Order: sequence, then structure tokens, then C-alpha cells
Amino acid sequence: MDRLVVISGIGCTGRASGYFAADSYHTTHGRAIAFASGVKVANPDLKPVVISGDGDLFAIGGNHFIHAARRNVDMLVLCVNNFNYGMTGGQMGPTTPDSAITVTSPDGNIEHPFNLVSVAAASGAVFVARWTALHARRLTKSIEKALQKKGFKFIEVISPCPTLYDRYNRYGSGLDVMKKYREISVIRNFTDPMKAEIDYRTRIVCGEFVDTEKPEFTDLLAQQSDRLQKR
Amino acid sequence: MLTRQERTPIIPEEEQATKYQIIVNEDWCKGCGFCYSFCPREVLEKSTRFNSKGYYPPEAVNIDRCVGCGLCEALCPDFAIHVEEKKAKIKAKKGDK
Repeated sequence: MDRLVVISGIGCTGRASGYFAADSYHTTHGRAIAFASGVKVANPDLKPVVISGDGDLFAIGGNHFIHAARRNVDMLVLCVNNFNYGMTGGQMGPTTPDSAITVTSPDGNIEHPFNLVSVAAASGAVFVARWTALHARRLTKSIEKALQKKGFKFIEVISPCPTLYDRYNRYGSGLDVMKKYREISVIRNFTDPMKAEIDYRTRIVCGEFVDTEKPEFTDLLAQQSDRLQKR
Repeated sequence: MLTRQERTPIIPEEEQATKYQIIVNEDWCKGCGFCYSFCPREVLEKSTRFNSKGYYPPEAVNIDRCVGCGLCEALCPDFAIHVEEKKAKIKAKKGDK
């Protein structure tokens, strides 16, 4: 716990850093991963954990995410995906599914959403998983597993938004949405992340999709600086 | 070879029966219903009384069926429910002889 640093961005999940009895940052909007990269590079003994929402990590912070994953900076990124910008009033975002109704898409969303696990896997994350809020046990196990790995780890958590997104789309209460998750979620470990679809009408593919090893950024940085100092 | 009368039954002296108790912080409950809807052993049920906010908190009606999996604790969004292990020593039943 001494080496754990919890970093959260802005949004419904932003308060998460305050709930931990660990060192934590509540950072500016979209820059949680940038802060975490800084923490890791400045003190490679620390273990940064970023907890944030889909709007923070993939809309304003999209580039930080892609490039931290590409560099393979050692951190765990937990993305709580509720398919819209919840805190600002339920606007559509980069993860809003096709033809979903939000405040800014009252006639149905015409944009195509990100498949977050696919983005993470393509960017070079060493561990990629997706669970719903109902899979509390499996999610805990995945977090445990991810914390023991070195490199850029990404876990997506599908979460209900009963006050805005689920209300506009007539999905019912939070309990109804959780029951629907139990009905439609299927676990397919190590399936191709490109094929891991989220469709509220048919199925949500959950599981651990990627688990590989890659040289980590701060290790390579230390090796390089050693080499240069010996020269 | 031992005769039937000389053998002692292989039963442990004392058996630890673990029981669980469920502690509900009723005033933190917002009545979302996750705990009693997803309990795999159907231990919890919606209670018939209100809490101070006017929601129906859960009630452990079949506490004997609880196996302490802690799913209610993991799912509660408001940290209002806890499962605690209650250890009680129960004398094992000796064999007939």
C-alpha cells in the first residue's frame, strides 16, 4: 500500500481517489494518465492506478491513453464506462452506442462508438479485460492479477447510469440494468478484442482478452541512462 | 486385527461450524436492491420497514443459508452491508459406540 498511488480524473468516477487510504491525486480533466506517467517516471518504485471514466480517458484524454499504452508505461487503468458524459448532464460521448438517445442526440446517436478493449489492445496494452459492474468477484481477481504484472494494464468496467443514460433509453432502474447484464453478458476469455462487442440488445462480451509481456518503459529508460553514463 | 468393538470412529474431536452474520447500516442504504436480487443463496430480502431516508433496506431472513461469499458486500454501491464471520465451537457428534 505504501507504493500505491491512486489517480483519478474528472467525472462521475473522479471522486474515487478520495475513497482510498493511499496516496492519491485528483487531477485535471483528461490528464489522469499524463499525471500517472509522470509519477511512474519520477519514481519507478511506485505503482500508479488510474481510475476514471470513459469521457475522461477516451474523449479529452484519448491521446494520453494511446501513447501511454504505446510506451508501455507501468500503470493500471480502470475505465468505468457508462456510455455518456454523466456528470455534465448526459451528453453523448465517444462510447455512446449507435442510435442511443442522449441529451445531445435526442433522435439517436449517428456516430460510431469506440470499442475500448480493442483500442487498448491495438495501442499495445499488456493486459486487457472487460467486466460489468455485476462481475464484482471476477473484476477483483482481474485487478489482483493486473497489479502483479508490469506494463500498461487496462480494465474496462461496464457500469449502469440510472439517472441519465438508462433513463433516456428507457432501460429502467439500476437494478433492471444489472439484471439485464446478468442475462446478456457472456465470458469469452482470450477472444479477439475486435470481436468483443457491446450490444445492449444482444450481448456484452466480457473476459480477459490480452495477457502478454513486453519491456516496460521505465526499465528501458533506466537501462539507457546506465548505458549512456558508462560511455 | 481390531475387532469391531475395539475400533474408534474417525470423527474429529471438535468441529468448527462457521456461521455468518450480516450487518446492514440501514441509514446508508438507498434501496437499490442489488444485495437481495443477486444473493446466490437467497439469504436477503427486502424488509417491510423504512429507514430514515424512506427506503426499504435489506433484511437477512435466511441467515442460516449464508455461506459468506460476500457478493452483497461487493455489489453494494453505498458500503452499507457487511458480512462477518461468527465462529462458534460446536461439539461433534460421537458415533453410536
